Amino acid sequence: MNKIANFNIKVASILIFIGLIVATHNLIIPKNIFYLFLKLIFLIPSVALIVNIANIIPKHTLLFFSKVFGAIVLITLIIISYLSSKRKPDNFSDLFDKWDSFLGIPLPKFLINWPKWLDTPFMHWINKGWKSFIADYGLIFDAIGYGLLRGYTELKGIIVQTPWPIVIIGVIAITYFTSGRKVGTTVFVGFCTFFIGFLNPRFWDKAIETTTMVVIGIAICIIIGIPIGIAMARSEKVRNAILPILDTMQVIPAFCYLIPGIILFGLGAIPAIISIFIYACPPLIRLTDLGIRLVDEEVIEAARSFGASKKQMLLGVQLPLALPNIMQGINQCTMMALAMVVIASMIGTRGLGDEVLLGLQQLNVGAALEAGLAIVLLAIVLDRMTQAYGDKIQERTQPGKKKQ
Amino acid sequence: MSKIEIKNVYKIFGNNPSEVLPMVKEGANKEEVLEKTGHTVGLDNVSLSIEEGETFVCMGLSGSGKSTLIRHLNRLIDPTDGDIIVDGTNIMELDEHQLIDFRKHELSMVFQRFGLFPHKTVIENIGYGLEIQGKTLEERNKTAMTQIEAVGLQGFEDQYPSQLSGGMQQRVGLARALATNPEILLMDEAFSALDPLIRSDMQQQLIELQSKLKKTIVFITHDLDESLRLGDHIGILNGGRLVQAGTPEQIIMNPADDYVKAFVKDVNRAKVLKAKTVMVQADKFDTSSIKLAETYKVNEGVYIEEFLPKVLENNSTIVVVDGKGDTKGYITSKELAISLSKTGYNETTNTTQ
Repeated sequence: MNKIANFNIKVASILIFIGLIVATHNLIIPKNIFYLFLKLIFLIPSVALIVNIANIIPKHTLLFFSKVFGAIVLITLIIISYLSSKRKPDNFSDLFDKWDSFLGIPLPKFLINWPKWLDTPFMHWINKGWKSFIADYGLIFDAIGYGLLRGYTELKGIIVQTPWPIVIIGVIAITYFTSGRKVGTTVFVGFCTFFIGFLNPRFWDKAIETTTMVVIGIAICIIIGIPIGIAMARSEKVRNAILPILDTMQVIPAFCYLIPGIILFGLGAIPAIISIFIYACPPLIRLTDLGIRLVDEEVIEAARSFGASKKQMLLGVQLPLALPNIMQGINQCTMMALAMVVIASMIGTRGLGDEVLLGLQQLNVGAALEAGLAIVLLAIVLDRMTQAYGDKIQERTQPGKKKQ
Repeated sequence: MSKIEIKNVYKIFGNNPSEVLPMVKEGANKEEVLEKTGHTVGLDNVSLSIEEGETFVCMGLSGSGKSTLIRHLNRLIDPTDGDIIVDGTNIMELDEHQLIDFRKHELSMVFQRFGLFPHKTVIENIGYGLEIQGKTLEERNKTAMTQIEAVGLQGFEDQYPSQLSGGMQQRVGLARALATNPEILLMDEAFSALDPLIRSDMQQQLIELQSKLKKTIVFITHDLDESLRLGDHIGILNGGRLVQAGTPEQIIMNPADDYVKAFVKDVNRAKVLKAKTVMVQADKFDTSSIKLAETYKVNEGVYIEEFLPKVLENNSTIVVVDGKGDTKGYITSKELAISLSKTGYNETTNTTQ
């Protein structure tokens, strides 16, 4: 009984929300940030309610309806593609005018070569959506871009103005403490840092620019990625929803979002940072999720049996024990960020990647290789710093287990 | 009122347990249910009551549902159907907040593979329950230190669990469970991962602690000797069903079915049976045949193995006395022969002439 009453309340509130969305969409409120905000506010609970309703309806009914829905969508798409195609036959019976044979079996021609009219107008839809998206919400991206640019220039300015010996000493000091006072690693990292400038004096400032972009990109990855990873570890549904998004982020070619990035954020460091996020965040999310799920079930049970709340469990048990994995994720994130920064030089991002590009354009193999070497050195420095920290944590949480 | 009462608890694992429940209630067994619906029956109509201050041992082979049962007592697993009443509170009716409170104060648990926090030191591990309760660091460490002393781990408080041996780790587990001073202690195969000598050591330590603390202990094991040594009452599970519950003597002397018989077959009866159990009542015994010089007095609570050599050596008669020194019954070599034979007490009395 209670369930049914709940159900009715949910249906009613969904209808109200849908009504409000329609109202805001068409009539009353102009499309701006406030509009988006309002839409989000209405959208989030609506989605939650739909999910709840999906939970109430018996599973087989739901499956049946989703199949029917899928079939309807497919048929509609085919009809739309047929109708909207410019190269369709004049009338339906024309389809069967031309015949060909396959292994001696006569078949209508359109079954052998992919017909021109079987073509969903996705490109047009995306372009249309993209245009109105920029017109309506461009302001938001301007704001984000401005904020990031401000942070980037400030941070870069500080490091560039600092005398280079102090920067090297700073790097050495950080490595010394994160690596748990390992002298070998520290000396090695110090030398690598020195050699970046030693290769070519121009590289020093460029390396700082690159590092700043990487650091800001990683910071965004951590701020957004770790909570998402935690949410995925906690709920099977969230994981199933997010995994395909992560796959897309990792597989989609970088240029597909580099170019739109220019349109949204302009040339320079900001689209590079956004690209870093898209490219480097998935491994961090995956490793956070994995790390939390790999925590020994009995340890979790022990914490639960003592009455730990979800928050106490997360902060006191799950995160500390997942930390080696999370640090590995941050390390991966760093490496991928560096790779992306180099690719981003193609859209005018300055930094070490820019030097490589310049060398290649002038067919100056030496210059390109020199810059490439500097990138490798920078990668070693960043890798050692994050890796060493992860190892140190691992030693603390799992003492006795030596790294192979 | 019993401390813990479990009433008609069913647990079915699978996608849709509530649809399978009627089938299980009608008496389908584990294999049938698995074959027809793909659901696994964890517990099948288990009812038992555990008294305050006793050690209740729950025994069965792996897959018999004993670990599932113990996790119902603090609702780490929720039953499909049935009630669990602890201290007069039906814990099935607790909401999430109350449940957390219940777990904090009423009971604590010891795990087979110890379940220690690898990133915390011994003293932090032991203080964990108190940390969750919101006690200050000072209080935590004070209580933890007394527990460390109680289990004999002085000097190891700043070590990490992985630096300790298995036996020491489980002592940390035990100390951690006792640190919150719960009324009920759940021990899930607590000593099964330890080697025999250490296990016996830990059993002794538990018996000593229990004689001082008088907790209600629910102990899970697959080892009959362990259950006979520790248990005031024993419940035997098979395929999710409770096949027999009773005192160790009852289980040994009157096994309920073939499964229990197979279990008790190899047990060393002399170690388990008490004089009280095997004696012939004083009024039913023909005292004329006794020569006074060959009698030997033992207390009724003494195990057979302690006076067995006397009987074998001199063929003497044992006079069983109670705490006050009154004669309660007699034991001769005949009673010993009957009680120690493996085919079972009842059958032997029927077939011997």
